[in-house]
Amino acid sequence: MTTAYAPTAGLPTRSRRASLGANAGGVYIIWYRDLLRYWRDRARLISSFGQPLLFLVVFGSGLTASLGAGLTKELGDVSYVRFIFPGIVAMAVLFTAVFSAISIVWDREFGFLREVLVAPISRAAVALGKALGGSTVAMFQGGILLILAPILGVSLNPLLVLELLGLMFLTAFALTSMGILIAARLQSMEAFQMIMNFLIMPMFFLSGAFFPLRGLPAWMSVVTRLDPVAYGVDPMRRLLLGADLAPGIEIANHHLGTVEDGLILAAFAAVMMVLAVRAFEAQE
Amino acid sequence: MSSIEVVDLVKSFGPLTAVDHVSFRVEDGEVFGFLGPNGAGKTTTINVLCTLMRPTAGRAKVAGYDVATQRNAVRQSIGLVFQDPSLDDQLTAYENLQFHAHVYNVPGRERAQRIEEVLRVVGLWDRRDAVVRTFSGGMKRRLEIARGILHHPRVLFLDEPTLGLDPQTREHVWEYILEVQRAHHITIFMTTHYMDEAEHCDRIAIIDQGKIVALDTPDALKRMVGVDIVTLQAEDSERAAREIRERHGLEPQRDGTRIRLEVEGGAEFIPKLVRDLGVAVISVDLHRPTLDDVFLKLTGRAIREGEADPLALMRLHGRLWRGGRR
Repeated sequence: MTTAYAPTAGLPTRSRRASLGANAGGVYIIWYRDLLRYWRDRARLISSFGQPLLFLVVFGSGLTASLGAGLTKELGDVSYVRFIFPGIVAMAVLFTAVFSAISIVWDREFGFLREVLVAPISRAAVALGKALGGSTVAMFQGGILLILAPILGVSLNPLLVLELLGLMFLTAFALTSMGILIAARLQSMEAFQMIMNFLIMPMFFLSGAFFPLRGLPAWMSVVTRLDPVAYGVDPMRRLLLGADLAPGIEIANHHLGTVEDGLILAAFAAVMMVLAVRAFEAQE
Repeated sequence: MSSIEVVDLVKSFGPLTAVDHVSFRVEDGEVFGFLGPNGAGKTTTINVLCTLMRPTAGRAKVAGYDVATQRNAVRQSIGLVFQDPSLDDQLTAYENLQFHAHVYNVPGRERAQRIEEVLRVVGLWDRRDAVVRTFSGGMKRRLEIARGILHHPRVLFLDEPTLGLDPQTREHVWEYILEVQRAHHITIFMTTHYMDEAEHCDRIAIIDQGKIVALDTPDALKRMVGVDIVTLQAEDSERAAREIRERHGLEPQRDGTRIRLEVEGGAEFIPKLVRDLGVAVISVDLHRPTLDDVFLKLTGRAIREGEADPLALMRLHGRLWRGGRR
């Protein structure tokens, strides 16, 4: 046997370093694969830009026309299309993040997941690589929509864009981690439809993307505060349209600031990540 | 040194015992076959050996590492080719191997060279930049074999490596497997229910209902069921029978115009027989005991060659019609 054929055999310290290297390499290549697949799938690229645009134009214009007077009272001189713009960006982030994570179910169906699960890397590396991949793609997806900002009369500057991208990434990381947790337990694509209808759509509708989270019925008020997407929409709206329209989610008479929103997202992401890794480790 | 060491291995799923106190050893560089009908416990055994399932009881070591307690070390030392494809068909052949090189920690400076080397071995270097979706079943399997050896494993596990391939492609895949085995001196552990494929093995374990019922070289196993049978048709069968009795000391059995002879080494016997015979020979037929005969004798049932697992077929069909929705 030549040395080239001795894999991690050898001193414990060496094999520990080797496994650290493999894990880092694993995180990187799983992330890279997601980017590669995203870039290669032109249909997905186009449709994921088209869908938010459709919402913005049809929903925004339609509701402005029919609810014009009532909306103006609430929103001041901001048009409804402008109001929902940050929500639509969040929508793009939400859907892309969840779809990226759910691709694990496809990987299981098509067998590729086995290649990943029998590799000598930890399940934590698998989940982290996947979460980073989904978050990066979702951040791109939300970021592209910022092209529309000037058309809607929202001025951008480099620092603002950077802040927004950071928020998008954090939101996406939280949601991809949640998606991975779901995907690790999901056995079929059919079950995913149910998750979509009963979890993801409500998360989107209750996030404040379409209406301000003020003066809501008590039960709805509670539910919206449990929705992680809300903590992404509010700071993005504040950055894009100003604090008048997004004074911060109110918890115990305190309006949350952008940093606090970020911390909540990070905490949610951390919990989801831990649960996702556990769910993966439980699989044989 | 043994590449694989299995002692009293048990794997149960609830009340069902898929692998029932199995013990065997596979030596370095050996091509070892696990042969048996569907549901005999072949895939379960492989899954335990490659750490995808934890053993219920017993002990198994692969490349010197315990499959229950040293999982990552085992994983680093083995290559796998599954029954079902496990490639990312939206990536190119090269990208699939790059992925593998990273998760198996192949040093950066060696990656490109090793990927080229294994792609050349399986004859896919020219197709390296083609997306795997465009590959035929045989090409995908070859790519998986290339991937299985990329990180220089000591043991290559092949679970029904030719399932669902046409006979000609199966033959090619086998050429590549044996080429890889020779070039890298890898131990090969394979499962199959194709008798003809089992012939490629140095040794075979025949498994039925979770238990090993026989373990030996293909020739020794076949000798268990008996000797070769030569059937002869000659113009004067009476004289032919007499001559055979006198010259070769055999006891010919007459069956109408045919003469039936039980001999050892039938293939070597036929030229001698024809040369020595004083009468014109019309036809000679040789029947050698097959592994199927061995299995039949040991279990009272036939393995039924070429029959695919109905579940595997269903999965295959499901995949075909779902493929378009991906």
